[in-house]
Amino acid sequence: MTGARAFSSPLDLQSVRADFPILSRELAGGFPLVYLDSANSSQKPLQVVKALEEHYLQHNANVARAMHQLGAEATAAYEGGRDTVAAFIGAANRDEIVFTKNASEALNLAAHTLGAGLKPGDEVVISEMEHHSNIVPWQLACERTGATLKWFGVTDEGRLDLSDVEQLITERTKVVSLTWVSNALGTINPITEIAAKAHAVGAVMVVDASQAVPQFPVDVSTLGADLLVFTGHKVVGPTGIGVLWGRYDLLASLPPFLGGGEMIEVVRMTGSTYAPPPARFEAGTPPIAQAVGLGAALDYLSGIGMDKIAAHEQAITAYALEGLQTVPGLTILGPTEPVDRGGAISFELDGVHPHDVSTVLDTRGIAVRAGHHCARPVHERFGMQSSTRASFYLYTTPEEVDALVDGLGFVRSFFKVD
Amino acid sequence: MQLDSLYQEIILDHYRSPHHAGLAEPYDVEVHHVNPSCGDEVTLRVELDGETVAGVTHQSVGCSISQAATSVMSDLVIGKPVSEGMATYEKFLELMQGRGNVEPDEEVLEDGVAFAGVAQFPARVKCALLGWSAWRDATAQALAKSEGVSNA
Repeated sequence: MTGARAFSSPLDLQSVRADFPILSRELAGGFPLVYLDSANSSQKPLQVVKALEEHYLQHNANVARAMHQLGAEATAAYEGGRDTVAAFIGAANRDEIVFTKNASEALNLAAHTLGAGLKPGDEVVISEMEHHSNIVPWQLACERTGATLKWFGVTDEGRLDLSDVEQLITERTKVVSLTWVSNALGTINPITEIAAKAHAVGAVMVVDASQAVPQFPVDVSTLGADLLVFTGHKVVGPTGIGVLWGRYDLLASLPPFLGGGEMIEVVRMTGSTYAPPPARFEAGTPPIAQAVGLGAALDYLSGIGMDKIAAHEQAITAYALEGLQTVPGLTILGPTEPVDRGGAISFELDGVHPHDVSTVLDTRGIAVRAGHHCARPVHERFGMQSSTRASFYLYTTPEEVDALVDGLGFVRSFFKVD
Repeated sequence: MQLDSLYQEIILDHYRSPHHAGLAEPYDVEVHHVNPSCGDEVTLRVELDGETVAGVTHQSVGCSISQAATSVMSDLVIGKPVSEGMATYEKFLELMQGRGNVEPDEEVLEDGVAFAGVAQFPARVKCALLGWSAWRDATAQALAKSEGVSNA
């Protein structure tokens, strides 16, 4: 047993949790849900679900191309979502926000359109701690164009290895694409510092902010990124919507990604001209209700305060790091101190495979992720095949962390690990 | 959800000391199967003697369910005609997909009946089938090879 340890958060957790009905669920065996998988997908507050419901029940129609009153309402609602996203991340201009179906599509858009300018001899730099969605699109772009893929290594502490940065980012580098917060290690990378090095050689800086935007205030006007992506469902918003933010002049210089309705200017059978951003990158009927829901989600987070959410995340992560390190045979993958570290903790438990850890925890109502978390290379880097990951959000309580630590003790006794 | 029904003692025994583990010579075909969603991997070798499974050896990384299932599978097919092994697979698959409503046949499945509880954990069914899919693939390739059909 862990006993009561000191914990202090600026959030009123009871009132936050009241907005998320799912957190009151009881699972099989009468165990209350302990949801520690928010880095995978966050839960949704009533405010978001109600916004979706109101949109579908009162304002539903297609956007832009529908000329009637509901079409105008749906368009206003969809574009309102864009305004909210732009304000939330400090974009200079609402036209810098492109809606995609998820962060993976946004990264594929980036790799495809930036890839159009790559040629043999050019280099793209990523890192060993990337999610597969920030590895594979660049591998494909390099295969298509003959460009070379290079990557930052990871130190034993789970930090980005900057020792060979001068050899990595050179005049041949055209794109640097890095995760801001690692989904497997939790590491927060020094984006602004790397962006300066990328810009010094004329390269474009792409940032995967899928785990960053949910956790702390983001201001793209000072970050140094040229393109940045995140996804709706990790920021208490709906699935089916992702965001690509780009500096407007860069977006305006990029070719289309997917072709179709609404991304064109004039279509002739002999060739077409394309709409300016963001429409150029939004072919077909977009995720309309999802944009409304995403707007409601970001309003919800702003109402609570991203500063407070970041402070809570920091506090609960520190509390969990401390608790997990009391479990015998447990090894944390990534930084063990809550410094420059996000709220996802992957770990290995001696003698018990992560699937078995997660199944046993699941029978006690505790939801964690087991596997390689779409980040196989970083597991390989640490000689691990897979790991168990617990991740936290604005509704996570210290009691839930205690339940995890106790649950891991039970796992060890169940598998007779000493 | 009953943990003990999932992790029966037989399963844990096979997990701790899997049968036919460690890749051996000679063999006809070697395959490598992975479970991309979780990262479990198995390398498996099959040796046929005509229509009979002369040998199966394997080396794997994965959870208790996948390792134990591969161990039990090896016991079930070695020394049997390929057709009987395939029929056993069908029985095992039926059990896995039965959501707990299929009564396992101990005559056919032997230690495999211990996996009946896995059927109630949908996320774990693919773990129990990984070794089987590797064996079926390797065996099909070995048969094709012995019939002189190119597999390239």
